[in-house]
Amino acid sequence: MLMLSIGDWFSKLKSDFILNFVQDDRYKLILSGLGSTLVITFFAAILGILLGIILALVRSSHDKMIDELRPGFGKGLLKVANFIANIYLTIIRGTPMVVQLLIAYFIIFASSNNGVIVAIIAFGINSGAYVAEIVRSGIMSIDNGQFEAGRSLGFNYIQTMVYIVLPQAFKNILPALANEFIVLLKETSVAGYVAIVDLTKAGDKIRGITFSPFMPLLAVALIYLILVTIFSRLVNILERRLRNNER
Amino acid sequence: MSDNNVLISVNDLKKHYKGGEIKALDGVTTDIKKGEVVVIIGPSGSGKSTFLRSLNLLERPTSGHILFDGIDITDKSTDINKLRMKMGMVFQHFNLFPHLSILNNMTLAPMKLLGKSKEEAEKRANELLKKVALGDRGNSFPSQLSGGQKQRIAIVRALAMDPEVLLFDEPTSALDPEMVGEVLDVMKELAKSGMTMVCVTHEMGFAKEVATRVIFMADGKIVEEGTPKEIFENPTNDRLKSFLAKVL
Repeated sequence: MLMLSIGDWFSKLKSDFILNFVQDDRYKLILSGLGSTLVITFFAAILGILLGIILALVRSSHDKMIDELRPGFGKGLLKVANFIANIYLTIIRGTPMVVQLLIAYFIIFASSNNGVIVAIIAFGINSGAYVAEIVRSGIMSIDNGQFEAGRSLGFNYIQTMVYIVLPQAFKNILPALANEFIVLLKETSVAGYVAIVDLTKAGDKIRGITFSPFMPLLAVALIYLILVTIFSRLVNILERRLRNNER
Repeated sequence: MSDNNVLISVNDLKKHYKGGEIKALDGVTTDIKKGEVVVIIGPSGSGKSTFLRSLNLLERPTSGHILFDGIDITDKSTDINKLRMKMGMVFQHFNLFPHLSILNNMTLAPMKLLGKSKEEAEKRANELLKKVALGDRGNSFPSQLSGGQKQRIAIVRALAMDPEVLLFDEPTSALDPEMVGEVLDVMKELAKSGMTMVCVTHEMGFAKEVATRVIFMADGKIVEEGTPKEIFENPTNDRLKSFLAKVL
């Protein structure tokens, strides 16, 4: 009797699986959704890191140098840039991601049909604000003596940053950056709000067709989990390698 | 003596904080000639470190002028980075770059700033390392070295740029007592080789033995200067007398 019910359960599971993934090639929906999720995450992360580094350099340069700089064009420019950076950070960190995405899609890029590119821009701009604060904390964590040593050898401000401060800062902030990347990956699951079929939306779509929520949603969760786990492993390896370099 | 012997000429240098409330430097004037070993002593807060750090503009003076090789480095249009390449600096806390090997610490600036090839820069770095008896540590990282070793590396890192003058900011203050000697020995060798040096230090023995001139600072001013003999054996100023009474 018991054997029979387990057998029943398995056969139900099997038919559930076939219904949700095999029938009408529905697994392809999941795959293309996964593709969209990865594309959006990857390019948004690159955009976010670029924006974040620029913002962090503006903010930390301002904090470090503004009292030292002589009045002139450079000082004025830095002040304006810092002002803009602060407004950007305030707005992005002060409003929900979904709202930003909706505004980007329906207002700012209303004429665009390419949801994925709009999403990349919206997620990248959002991530940039968080990366900026991470990078800035990294720069601030480096002893000022490192900066002075670089300058005393004859490096200019940017060279000192690139050769001496940022490589050390990067090592310190790697765990926080990895965390931000994971957050970004999972946050792209709201892309469905603007008619993008990402991984989450794909699972939800299947659920809507088959009226069987268990399989598709759990599959989606499992895929996210696997992605995050693989990525965490890679970061761990990178971290260990960077640390080994020092001793 | 002709003026072209003067390497650094400081004229009425002032550094004020809080709109003049605090005067870290209050009108310092002096010339540093080629080959001189100038040791600056004085109580803490006397402005000696501020003065030294002004010489390569790590500290920007409020007013006054500094001529290096006849060029006014306080002038807006001067490319300070170019001039800093000729002014090596050694810090109290070494400030080696922890993410780079010793060799890379020493070759980074010569390669990026002087355009030396990797081979050239490494050859020179290895020569310098041998001179300070650390020839076998090129591939080590700073965290693997003792304080005395780190400071010796910091000195040769500055030397790798072939500077015209070396500035020392309390180079032995952060060292364990048994490591002070090895660093001072390197500095003595350098002085003997004719390197122009400006050194803020509390090592009175070093000042007596090596300095060609001793400057005593207090309250942001040069209070007394002269040969070590004059300063240590015949001090005239009361501040200097009481300072020496405390440190000797």
